[in-house]
Amino acid sequence: MSLFVEQALNGVQLGVTLFLLAAGLTLIFGIMGVINLAHGSLYMIGAYAMAAVAAKTGSFLLAAPAGLAAAALAGVAMEFLVVRRLYARDHLDQVLATFGLILFFNQAITILFGRQPLFVQIPPFLDGSVAIFEGVRYPFYRLVIIAVGLVTAIGLYLLIARTRLGMLIRAGATNRDMVRALGVDIRALYTILFGVGAMLAGLAGVMAGPILSVQVGMGEQVLILTFVVVVIGGVGSVRGAFLGALLVGVVDTMLRAFLPGVLRQVMSGPDADALAGGLSAMGVYLLMALVLLVKPKGLAPAHG
Amino acid sequence: MAPVVTGQAASARRNLWLGALVAALAALPFLADLAGQPAMTSLATRIVILAIAAASLNLALGYGGLVSFGHAAWYGIGGYVVGVLYRHYVSGDPFLGLSVGTDQLLVTLPLAALVSGLFAAVFGALALRTSGVQFIMITLAFAQMIFFFFVALKAYGGDDGLIVRRRNSLPFLDTRDAATFYWVCLTLAVGWFAFMGRLVRSRFGAVLAGVRQSERRMAAIGVRTYPYKLAAFVISGMGAGLAGALMANHARFVSPDMMHWTQSGELMIMVILGGAGTLLGPAAGAAVLILLETQLAALTEHWQIVLGPLLVLMILFTRGGLSGLARLVRGGRDG
Repeated sequence: MSLFVEQALNGVQLGVTLFLLAAGLTLIFGIMGVINLAHGSLYMIGAYAMAAVAAKTGSFLLAAPAGLAAAALAGVAMEFLVVRRLYARDHLDQVLATFGLILFFNQAITILFGRQPLFVQIPPFLDGSVAIFEGVRYPFYRLVIIAVGLVTAIGLYLLIARTRLGMLIRAGATNRDMVRALGVDIRALYTILFGVGAMLAGLAGVMAGPILSVQVGMGEQVLILTFVVVVIGGVGSVRGAFLGALLVGVVDTMLRAFLPGVLRQVMSGPDADALAGGLSAMGVYLLMALVLLVKPKGLAPAHG
Repeated sequence: MAPVVTGQAASARRNLWLGALVAALAALPFLADLAGQPAMTSLATRIVILAIAAASLNLALGYGGLVSFGHAAWYGIGGYVVGVLYRHYVSGDPFLGLSVGTDQLLVTLPLAALVSGLFAAVFGALALRTSGVQFIMITLAFAQMIFFFFVALKAYGGDDGLIVRRRNSLPFLDTRDAATFYWVCLTLAVGWFAFMGRLVRSRFGAVLAGVRQSERRMAAIGVRTYPYKLAAFVISGMGAGLAGALMANHARFVSPDMMHWTQSGELMIMVILGGAGTLLGPAAGAAVLILLETQLAALTEHWQIVLGPLLVLMILFTRGGLSGLARLVRGGRDG
């Protein structure tokens, strides 16, 4: 039972991390019509900036904002230099140009930090574990991740539903040309939005840093999972991204945790582990196929 | 009558050029020997094989407008067909109760295309329920799933892949000879390009172009577009599988790396670089990308830091890849 609760929380923790990435990706697509493969690179940049500052200063409180700032800056620069010119292009051009950006960022990071993964300590004031209920303890840091993720989700909801900026975002998602015709500086709006998306990706990278190893390629692994989330949730829908992220996070974690045990009932140990490893890696993609069969537009489509 | 005659003359001139191109390509191993660089033959074999894969992707992507970001999966499956059959040929173990092992190229190549086509049919049928950006994401995700499947497939090497100790054999020919194998690949490539050329000029190709331009209009004039898209996707997957099978023979090795998502990206780059929706474009794209990669890799270990921005610049400032670049240099206006 305690194992189940622990794994469920791990799933939620992976889910909120995926949500931070998927929210940015889906907003950027929904409003600007750009598919940005380099979104995962922003996650990587956030994690690396955090790890570098933490190694230099030893302070997580300095490192975390540094990671956010680096990701946001990289995002704004990316929008200004490259992505801005892709709005009017078709998806194919967007995919290839941002694929080129991935090659560039991955090599740049390799040159700066080498191929060895970096490890970051969990800051002391967030370390340790807490009793959730009788006999079940859970790492405090992971609870903090869940809390930060949920607070960000609520903040994002309020931003989109209650503020003027959010109104423009929603209007832009519904009819881009009309918003421009009404005299809104759509370029500035796009840059801000891209920066916000980048910062969310950076936040995910910063928080994942201490529990994963920070390495080149971490961005693409999580990017492809994020695509699954976006497709399951419905492209362009933040609500869908939230639902999809939690679903993918929990399903993926549960399969990895419990499938080997289940299979070991019917076959020998090593075989079961290998098969379970493969099946659980494929699990979320099968989930996606299933959702597509039932609802081709995703669980919570944005509009239309 | 006059336009028909000029049409025939133009077509005859084009055929002459194509014949000269093929003859030059066929002479390449001799030239490589003369130049004292036998490694060129192996490099050219790689280019010819990848040109088949890129031309296949071009059918779906360039002519059909189906932006598949997962073609490395079909390419890799084709490779695995060769690897698995060779493995059973060597060990003599039956596969699902059938003794299927073989090292005959005449068997492995069609089988590779068939198996890749089957997989492409199953996953394509699902993925084609969507379109646009979802289709891109879904093909990528499915390819990733197949990648993980082969990583976990410990019975066939898992992460480490399979070694094909000897190239599959052909009657009367020694495929272990680099030049012979190059000619085999070149012959298949010429055949495949001719097939692609016939296909895109057929009624099927016309419908496919219509789907790319406006699917709604095609539906309005009474064409069920889904079967056409699926057929294009499957043929495209079969060609990629054929290329994968040849590559497994050429490299004498298959591993999940063949299906890595960056391989899908590279195939797309080849198509765009050469010009999507043109018959010979993908071949030119494959040649340029592979040569660029080998040249840059010889200069620096971090060649991707050059290739990435080059790619971005190419997409931003030229439309239609190399032909767009030529237009830009001549100072012409973007078409």
